This record gives sequence, C-alpha cells and structure tokens, in this order.
Amino acid sequence: MSANGSLLRLDGVRKSFGSVEVLRGVDLDVGEHEVVCLIGASGSGKSTLLRCINLLEPIDAGRIFLRGDEIGDRVDVNAVRRRVGIVFQAFNLFPHMRVLRNVTLAPTRVLGKSRAEAEAQATALLGRFGLADKRDEYPDRLSGGQQQRVAIVRALAMQPELMLLDEVTSALDPELVAEVLSVIRELAEGGMTMVIATHEMSFARDTADRVCFLDDGRILEEGPPEEIFTRPRELRTQRFLERIIAAGRL
Amino acid sequence: MSVDAETGPGNRGSRILGDLRGTRDVGIAVASTVVFLAVIVLAIVNSAGWPEVRQAFFDRGIFGDSFPEVLRAFLLNVRIFCIAEVVILVVALGIAILRGLPGPVLFPFRLLAVVYTDLFRGIPTILVIYILGFGAPALQLSGVPRSPFFWGVTALVLVYSAYVAEVYRAGIESVHPSQEAAARSLGLSRAKTLRFVIVPQAVRRVIPPLLNDFIGLQKDSALVALIGPIEAFRQSQIDVAATFNYTPYMATALLFVLLTIPLARLTDWLVARDRRRQSAGAR
Repeated sequence: MSANGSLLRLDGVRKSFGSVEVLRGVDLDVGEHEVVCLIGASGSGKSTLLRCINLLEPIDAGRIFLRGDEIGDRVDVNAVRRRVGIVFQAFNLFPHMRVLRNVTLAPTRVLGKSRAEAEAQATALLGRFGLADKRDEYPDRLSGGQQQRVAIVRALAMQPELMLLDEVTSALDPELVAEVLSVIRELAEGGMTMVIATHEMSFARDTADRVCFLDDGRILEEGPPEEIFTRPRELRTQRFLERIIAAGRL
Repeated sequence: MSVDAETGPGNRGSRILGDLRGTRDVGIAVASTVVFLAVIVLAIVNSAGWPEVRQAFFDRGIFGDSFPEVLRAFLLNVRIFCIAEVVILVVALGIAILRGLPGPVLFPFRLLAVVYTDLFRGIPTILVIYILGFGAPALQLSGVPRSPFFWGVTALVLVYSAYVAEVYRAGIESVHPSQEAAARSLGLSRAKTLRFVIVPQAVRRVIPPLLNDFIGLQKDSALVALIGPIEAFRQSQIDVAATFNYTPYMATALLFVLLTIPLARLTDWLVARDRRRQSAGAR
C-alpha cells in the first residue's frame, strides 16, 4: 500500500507498561476502505495497538499518522477520537442511559448536533442493524450480541473515518457471535476502513483484505488472508495457526 | 408487584419485610413482635421508678402545651438543614472532583481537597460551630452576614461537605475505568465524561450513604442553638426550665424521628426504582 493512499500509518510504534514492552516497533499502513485483521496470541499486543491508535494509551516512541497528519501528545486528542471509532470487547455501554441516549450522547455533546437531528440519525442506524425496537431499553435488558451491536452503532454515529474493533466477539456466547460478525461484514461491504483484532479466523479469512500476525509486540508477517492462512512463511505463524486449528477455530 | 416477587435473592435488606414469604411467615413475625414489645413495655412499666419517670417525661398536658411551640421552632431546624443539604451536595461534589484531578500541574488542588477533608472531618462539629459562630462575625468583614444563623449553617456545610465529598469520591472510584475509556473514545472531554457518564453513575450508587450523612446533619442542626438561634432543642429547653418537666424533650425527639422515617423510605424507594429500571428482566 502506498503512503499516499494511506488513511492510517504507524511508524515504529513502541509502548511499555512498567518494565514490560508490549509493542516493540510496529509499522502498519492501512489504506482507505481497507479491512485489516490483527491476529496473534493473547498478550501479543493487539488490544494495546488499537488503544494506542485511539490515543487511549500514550505511545513511548514512534509516530502515528491519520491521513498524513501526525497525531500524538500535542494534538487535540478529542479531535482525533472524533475521527476514529473504537468498539471494545466488553461493550462498555453506559448503563444509566437508554440505548438511544447511548448513541446520541457524543453527536450532541461533541459534534453539537441538535437532539432531534441526532435522534433521527441514531434511530436510522439502529433500524439498519435490527435494533429499532430496542431504542428505549436500558443496556442491561439486551443480550450480549444486541449490546455489542449498539456499541458499534454508538461508534458509527460519530461518522468516523476509521473503525477499530477490539475482539468484539470474545465476550459473547457462541450463538450470538454470528449476528455481530454479520454487522461487521456489512460495514466492510459498505467501504468502512477497519482495523480488527480478532480470534475468529474464518471471519478474518472471509472479510479481511489483509491479515497481520502480531507476535511479541511486532508484526511478524502480513499479507492477503489466503496467503497467511494457507502458506505462512514464518515458523511462529505456522505454530500459531496449528494451535488454532487444533482448537477447532479454523 | 407482590411482596414475594420483590424479594429475589438479589434484593438484600433494603426492605424491612424483605425476607418474609407467605401469610404464615407474616403471622409469625407479627406474633413475635407483639411478644417482644410486651416484654419490654412490662419491664419498664413495672420498674420501681416508672411513676416518677412517667410524670417527668410523659405528661400529656405539658406535651400538648409545648408541642406547638417546639414545632414552630422546629421549622428553623428544617430551614437550617434544607439550605445546608443543597449547598453540601454541590460543594462536596466539587471537592470530590478536585481530589480526582490528574497530572502534576493540578497537584495544589488535590492537596487543598485532602487538607480540607482531613481538617473538617477531624474537628468536632460543635467546635467548628463555636469558632465560626463567635469568630467570623468578629472579623467584621464587609458584605458578609454576621447572623448566627448564617454562620451556623456555614459551619454545618463545611463539616458535612468533608464527609459527603468522601462519599462521592468512593462512588466516582467505583465506576469502572472502561466507562471512562468508552466516553473518551467517543471524543468527549474529561469534563464532559465526568458530567454525563461518571458522576451520574456515581451518584446513583452513593444515595444510601448520602442519606445516612443527611440524617446526621438533621440531628446536628440542633447544635446551631449553641450560638444563639432558638430552634426546637433550645425551645424545648426553655419549656423544660419553665415547667420543671422533661416532656418537651420528648416532643422534640418525636419531631426528629418523624422527619427521618420518610427520608429513609424515600431512599429505599429510589434504590429499588433504579434497580428495577436497569436490571429487572435482564438475561
């Protein structure tokens, strides 16, 4: 992917928590409308990488560019976050607000939209993802799959240029995974640029334009899914995929 | 909703009748209570000194005479704690937020909040009332009221804000960090995150302990009498001195209790409503 067409570019990004270096120099280029899946063992740094892109974690070294503009400590972090949506493993919906208010909070309070406009937009989005009848419920009354779809809608309501999905199906009961994955597929088909940390290998194979294998804080291998999943070059990638296959996840 | 349906395993102790199921249990509870009370009443009524105590504390005629006066004076207590409670709710939240400010630049504010809470939780309320009630007017600051009522309320606000700030802080810290991450990730500033996401959840969680502090405050409104204002306790003292009978104290005690009970039931109701709203019918 050429640097010109890139929406997101990471350049030697490093991050430590105390004495533990979680990211050891990550380079990544994500083009417009591209769907990149991050795979790798737990603790390989996938979640940390996504949180760094959203500036939820300050990076220790390296540079991050969004459409060529460097983002980091000195910029308005809230302005960056308006452009980059993130969805978490544990949904993190606001439990004291109804679904509609969860979705309209940021558009009204950050973008300054009128309540009526934000609600109309939120209602349309909720309808698109089969949640129209849940608009006036509190999150605790929804299933995990419904909650995660609301969380995705909440991020979409900010009309982000880039979506980051952090193992969004890992906290779900198996029968609820499909409804969330189909939402993500729909987004991909609609041209949304996404970076997705996932353990769902068959989903990654079907949906990703590119798969990156994270190992020990670095991107060890990347390429089109058919290449990574059928003939991985690196020994560690092969081992990881063997374990996944043995666990029946591919 | 019937009593039975309300008392699931998750509904611990917020209702007096919480663990009673069916008419048989209620019947046993009533009988047990009647026997229990009867034993206590009989023990008191049959004690050697009861006739004198009854005359000194439970004189119906004196009660009837002093009750209207005490009630009128009690309105001053109501004014004291109503004003104080509203101010405390705001001041204490400010202190709790100051204490949670991040970063080295804001250290002085955090320090200020810590010193404040340590100081005013440490000094006995009665001393704060004396010091402010007699000291502050003596400063003769222009534009500052010199009435003992004003300084009495101020003293209560200072003392109770220190306690309530700690209650708020516990509530704020009990909201999971992932809530802040979610709000910040949507582009909300730190202040807006506090205002719309953190504080509303924190306040809901601390309503019971908050009410507990307010009951304490209602009772301590009687301490303001020490610097002059004639509230219910001082009025009953005057009546006691005039009649050589303690019954007016009982009238005052009754008024304070009557005020506490509805407040306690209100909290129970608020907590139950919140629980119903957010999690009844959950998966």
